[in-house]
Amino acid sequence: MKNADVLLSGTNITKVFGYGKHKKTAVQDVSFSFHEGEIVSIVGESGSGKTTLAKMLMGLLKETSGEVRYRGKPRQLKSHADRKKYWKDIQAIFQDPFSSFNVFHKVEKLLTDCMKLQGLKLTKEEQFRKMKEACSFVNLKFEELHNKYPFELSGGQMQRLMIARIFMLHPKILIADEPTSMIDACSRSTILDMLLKLRKENNMTIIFITHDVGLAYYVSDTLYIMEKGRIVESGPAEDVILNPKHRYTQQLISDVPKIHEEWNLAN
Amino acid sequence: MSPNMLEIAQSDVPAARRTVLEVKELKTYYKTRLKEKVHAVDGVSFALEEGKTLGIAGESGCGKSTLALSLMGFYFPPLYYSSGSIMIGGIDIMQLSKEQLRKRILGREIAYIPQAAMNALNPTLKILHFIEDIMKEHRPELTKSQVREMAAERFRTLHLSPDVLNAYPNELSGGMKQRTVIAISTILNPNVLVADEPTSALDVTSQKAVIKLLKELIGKKFIKSLIFITHELPLLYHVADDIMVMYAGEIVERGTARQMIFDPYHPYTKRLMGSIIVPEEGMKAHKLAAIPGAPPNLKMAIDGCRFADRCTYAADACRHGKIDNRTAGERVYRCIFGPGTLKEWYASEER
Repeated sequence: MKNADVLLSGTNITKVFGYGKHKKTAVQDVSFSFHEGEIVSIVGESGSGKTTLAKMLMGLLKETSGEVRYRGKPRQLKSHADRKKYWKDIQAIFQDPFSSFNVFHKVEKLLTDCMKLQGLKLTKEEQFRKMKEACSFVNLKFEELHNKYPFELSGGQMQRLMIARIFMLHPKILIADEPTSMIDACSRSTILDMLLKLRKENNMTIIFITHDVGLAYYVSDTLYIMEKGRIVESGPAEDVILNPKHRYTQQLISDVPKIHEEWNLAN
Repeated sequence: MSPNMLEIAQSDVPAARRTVLEVKELKTYYKTRLKEKVHAVDGVSFALEEGKTLGIAGESGCGKSTLALSLMGFYFPPLYYSSGSIMIGGIDIMQLSKEQLRKRILGREIAYIPQAAMNALNPTLKILHFIEDIMKEHRPELTKSQVREMAAERFRTLHLSPDVLNAYPNELSGGMKQRTVIAISTILNPNVLVADEPTSALDVTSQKAVIKLLKELIGKKFIKSLIFITHELPLLYHVADDIMVMYAGEIVERGTARQMIFDPYHPYTKRLMGSIIVPEEGMKAHKLAAIPGAPPNLKMAIDGCRFADRCTYAADACRHGKIDNRTAGERVYRCIFGPGTLKEWYASEER
């Protein structure tokens, strides 16, 4: 992966919330470089700053110091038009599908919005065909869904609808913030299958933000381990999981129940 | 027979084999606004022995949580009881009135930790208040200072700081809140604790702390048996003695944790075990198994095996009639094929 182009990189990114006595450093001196077509996981416990980092990557939060570069250039996020342009290339799916959709919009509107974002001028038939294609990619039936509101769908259906959005948008980078923490092991396999298939199709970079060490190891090429806002260890997934160097990484891996090893509850 | 007589009769049975909970052909359903019945638990039978931990696994919507609610006698609309018996400590709870159930069974014989236990605490009350509340109902003879003393003692024994008692719920972290809820709900030393997804919202480090607490409760005999509901199979493997797999309102297989993880019989269990992801060597080469399709609609009566539509091995015989439990050794599973045939299939699949 190292020989592929660097798509998104960051140097010494810090995010501080609050002032004075209530100052809280959520992310501290984080540097990274994500390559084209790479699958990266950022792993850490609750409150380690993973989601804050993801929001900065999305351009939803402004970093206090440091710089995020997209394709080697600093990002332009000042005007709404700039941000819209940036979001054509970078998209996200979130943990809780119930709170990610506008509940006042029907499924059809949610999907046509994707095409609007891309700036496509299509006829009704073409739009319809595209939406149908996206839905069948994630095993949903567009004919049954298009006239429904998000709250009428089940959790699994919504999660798949989110992936259908990604299928239509074809972003260069996908940030998946805990995409599987609300669903069971079976549906997790289905969702992962779909994401990996998408990645194969258009060489998308996927950034997984997760606390599930097993998932991170299974899907990713590169791992970043975060503790209290800092990246304490990073490297190829095999190295980090099978030979963890940092004390925190070792602790984290020993905390995960495995099936071929004893689970030591004592420490 | 009065419960006291039963207690005497049961004391002759060796402690290890005494049954604390027995469910027979339990059927419960939800009534929708359109007056349709959703048969969420459809003929479940099992027994739980003293000192054992029983794990219940299955995908979302298979009836795990409904089974937990039904066990406790929590029949509030839209959940209704249809048929079957639930014996807790020798008492059929369906014969009791709501009042008797609350006074005699809940909290004393069986306690329950709901799925969103972290949100179960009223944020405007201190932790101690919840314990005082329970004691007022079940041990009215105790004074306030005695209750405080007792609660502090229990928290210390469980390696939780007694300072927590004076905290408000929002001052505690998610993992700590979860552990506090467990400590509160087991304060009366119930025989059975039903924990519904107690660790699903927690990260691995807090998850471990919760599991440690549960093991401690059993070790110190504050609870006798545990029912642990989760969809996280590697966790269940370490926590449970026996694992029961549910699918579409039925139990499809039951066996010891080791048997179920490494040697599943039922095709559904096999697929479920194929979806396990753990950070271990060789995991990356492993092909994840996703089950195509969706579970059947529980509003309608289902003819034949409920898993047939998604099963690779389904034959014509699977689609008709009632599929009975099949026994092989001490294993029980709901499939028409013998273990030999199934194992041959699984082996050829791996080749």
